[in-house]
Amino acid sequence: MSATAHDHGHHHKETFISKYIFSLDHKMISKQYLITGLIMGFIGIAMSLLFRMQIAWPGESFPVFEALLGKWAPDGVMDADIYLALVTMHGTIMVFFVLTAGLSGTFSNLLIPLQIGARDMASGLLNMISYWLFFLSSVVMVISLFVEAGPAAAGWTIYPPLSALPMAQGGSGAGMTLWLVSMAIFIASSLLGSLNYIVTVLNLRTKGMSMTRLPLTIWAFFITAIIGVVSFPVLLSAALLLIMDRSFGTSFFLSDIFIQGEVLHYQGGSPVLFEHLFWFLGHPEVYIVILPAMGIVSEVMATNARKPIFGYRAMIASILAIAFLSTIVWGHHMFVSGMNPFLGSVFTFTTLLIAIPSAVKAFNWITTLWKGNLQFNVGMLFSIGMVSTFITGGLTGIILGDSALDINVHDTYFVVAHFHLVMGISAIYGLFAGVYHWFPKMFGKMMNKNLGYVHFWLTAIAAYGVFFPMHFVGMAGLPRRYYQNTAFPMFDDLTDIQVVMTSFALLAGLAQLVFVYNFIHSIFYGKKATQNPWDATTLEWTTPVEHIHGNWPGEIPEVHRWAYDYSKTNENGEYVIAGQDYVPQTVPLQPNEEELNH
Amino acid sequence: MEATVTTESKEKVWGGGNEPLRASYGKMMMWFFIVSDALTFSGFLVSYGFSRFKFIEIWPIADEVFTHVPFFHGNYPMYYVAFMTFILIMSSVTMVLAVDAGHKMKKTKVTWYMFATIIGGLIFVGSQAWEWATFIKGDYGAVETKGGNILQFVNADTGKRIALEEFATTIPSERDRLERKDAFWFQSEGSLPSYTINEVVEGVKSHPNVLVKTAFFDETGHKKEVLSREESLEALKDAKLVVEGANLTRNEYGHPLFADFFFFITGFHGFHVFSGIVINIIIFFNVIIGTYERRGHYEMVEKVGLYWHFVDLVWVFVFTFFYLV
Repeated sequence: MSATAHDHGHHHKETFISKYIFSLDHKMISKQYLITGLIMGFIGIAMSLLFRMQIAWPGESFPVFEALLGKWAPDGVMDADIYLALVTMHGTIMVFFVLTAGLSGTFSNLLIPLQIGARDMASGLLNMISYWLFFLSSVVMVISLFVEAGPAAAGWTIYPPLSALPMAQGGSGAGMTLWLVSMAIFIASSLLGSLNYIVTVLNLRTKGMSMTRLPLTIWAFFITAIIGVVSFPVLLSAALLLIMDRSFGTSFFLSDIFIQGEVLHYQGGSPVLFEHLFWFLGHPEVYIVILPAMGIVSEVMATNARKPIFGYRAMIASILAIAFLSTIVWGHHMFVSGMNPFLGSVFTFTTLLIAIPSAVKAFNWITTLWKGNLQFNVGMLFSIGMVSTFITGGLTGIILGDSALDINVHDTYFVVAHFHLVMGISAIYGLFAGVYHWFPKMFGKMMNKNLGYVHFWLTAIAAYGVFFPMHFVGMAGLPRRYYQNTAFPMFDDLTDIQVVMTSFALLAGLAQLVFVYNFIHSIFYGKKATQNPWDATTLEWTTPVEHIHGNWPGEIPEVHRWAYDYSKTNENGEYVIAGQDYVPQTVPLQPNEEELNH
Repeated sequence: MEATVTTESKEKVWGGGNEPLRASYGKMMMWFFIVSDALTFSGFLVSYGFSRFKFIEIWPIADEVFTHVPFFHGNYPMYYVAFMTFILIMSSVTMVLAVDAGHKMKKTKVTWYMFATIIGGLIFVGSQAWEWATFIKGDYGAVETKGGNILQFVNADTGKRIALEEFATTIPSERDRLERKDAFWFQSEGSLPSYTINEVVEGVKSHPNVLVKTAFFDETGHKKEVLSREESLEALKDAKLVVEGANLTRNEYGHPLFADFFFFITGFHGFHVFSGIVINIIIFFNVIIGTYERRGHYEMVEKVGLYWHFVDLVWVFVFTFFYLV
């Protein structure tokens, strides 16, 4: 064992290509995921700013539209087709490319081997292929923005017939085909990544690292990967059937359609079938997005509150409960699709059950903070922000989960406000918390704390500024995805509030530039990181600051305790290790010390 | 890529006592892959069930569709698909024997059993190709109405199905046949049905012993019935086009979704069997050149075995839902 371990510490001669491009090392792959995810994120955010401007000032001419959209904004006035395309691509990019691959890909790759004590992922080769498939699917998705008739414009849920008939609208042609190709590649990438995460967690834990000693991040990534393996293949089924309908004339999702007086040959298919297949992925997908953020927040919060996470086992149980329930609630997206009201009430029941494990998590985070010795690092602020937005968004989830209430606000801005807070903003906060917390581990440098504070407060104020008023706009009945509402006098009163929301959105966009500057600047000129900058207990901080293959220069450390021995005292009321309020997982139990694990 | 640096021999890294599930990471990955793939198939089969129950009244009856056996004429419902299923399951048995021989490190036995498995797979895929071809060709031909219903034809005296060519008249008509050189923009017309709709309708009118058979649904359930002569002629007034055989848009046996799902699901399964055969062949040659003998274990045979059994299991479901029920 020590002989092999010695080999790992030894630096092989590497070329630029094997180190930075086709790297098999999980730490490098994690950085590749992060950078790709962030670039896609900025494309997605920029799109949202453009269509927010159109909503606030409908029909107004902006030079920026003409500069960015070209022929889609003649004289600087945004075209209705590109508005729909922007909404579609914003959703697609943010949900799949940023919050699924960007978030899970970055932190699962970085933290799973480091926190469980493994030299690398189970299969470095599959891991590399997984990243490059993700990269390829990102490239295809970005290319689809430039096709002649415009990118996909059927909404990120790509319901047929807009997605199934190539002649239905501009974006239904080549743009939609590329969308489907990109997603098929994405699913393959996600499958390979998930297989690797699951197997690595199960098989490569170091000595002493039992499942109930794992940090909650690892539990979250592990369960996220399992949900991915179970739900993405069903999206693949739907996508393949859709491709058959589009290109080979089958009728899986199409039925009795007239276009300009001409009867198409399709008969008997059902778009509702597509909705079922799509949402069987679509709902678990929101947990694929939020669970890693929850894991990151649990970890960052415990470290910065200098307290054990409250209810460790309850946290694991709630992750498992959420994962199970997530697969039996998809019908709540379809309450108005004409489903049997009895079935609707079944889905209402299962949906409202999710409130229980979610509330367990929210209360556990709040209790973790209670009487803690709080360190307000930037990561901590984003973690607290995540708990706040998760609760705010979760409360409206109870309204939307109830079929009788949902019908009134279905497809209005109320829904948009709900899911942006509960999964969009919350997951982004989790991502930022993770980046600020593990930046020293990824790049060996510290990020600038003051710029971090500016970034957090601007983002927090602007995010609530956008999405809080949006609830009221939704309750007033404003439908989502409309290009402009000037034709409806009943919505005239809402124009001022739209301007307020868009202004906050622009502010939020500006705030992200602070982050970009801080991120890039810190990589090159940041303060050098110390071995364990946050005084954390977990294994990743026992590895050298400079990355080496195999992570640990000598043998992999053995684990003797759980990951949350913060501020632990012995019977005399003194810290277990004198002068240090945390006990790393590698420290053996002291005489008379009792192992905590609850 | 030759300067690849990786952490070699993962097995040695594990230091946590008993390995979870006592399985190597590769075998575990195969299991989780199978879970994932099983859900893709579930998505298809659930969609199939959804569509079938929507059109339960006109859904084709498998016993009337799959009646052919190569080299034999006559009506043998399900005989051939039962044979295919038997072959595929037997190939699973030989796979188990190969894995078992691998555990005992008997190279010759592994080689022969792998070979038998590959042959079984090839017979299955070949049979499936033949069955597709038969299904696409069709046997009697039918007429589709404006409502999408399929009208088939029977002989009033014998009650047996009759083919279009037995009664359809030939009505000469003028058709210009254009070729690529005739036009600036040209699309070939594909294959036309052997008879036009008028030829079939006139044929029925001139043959008093031809009756229409169609499917419908009443309070007692799914029925397929032969109409009376008057009803037959009445039903033919809605006739829209002649359908011969089955493809992705038309199906002479009944609802086109039956053909859509048949082609798609058996095609997707056949693609899996084909990939399995390719992988089996690779492993087969590795066995012959002694790769696993040198490695000291035949775990690769076990991993492809897992995949092969999975593909067989999926076929059991496809067989049940498409042919039996």
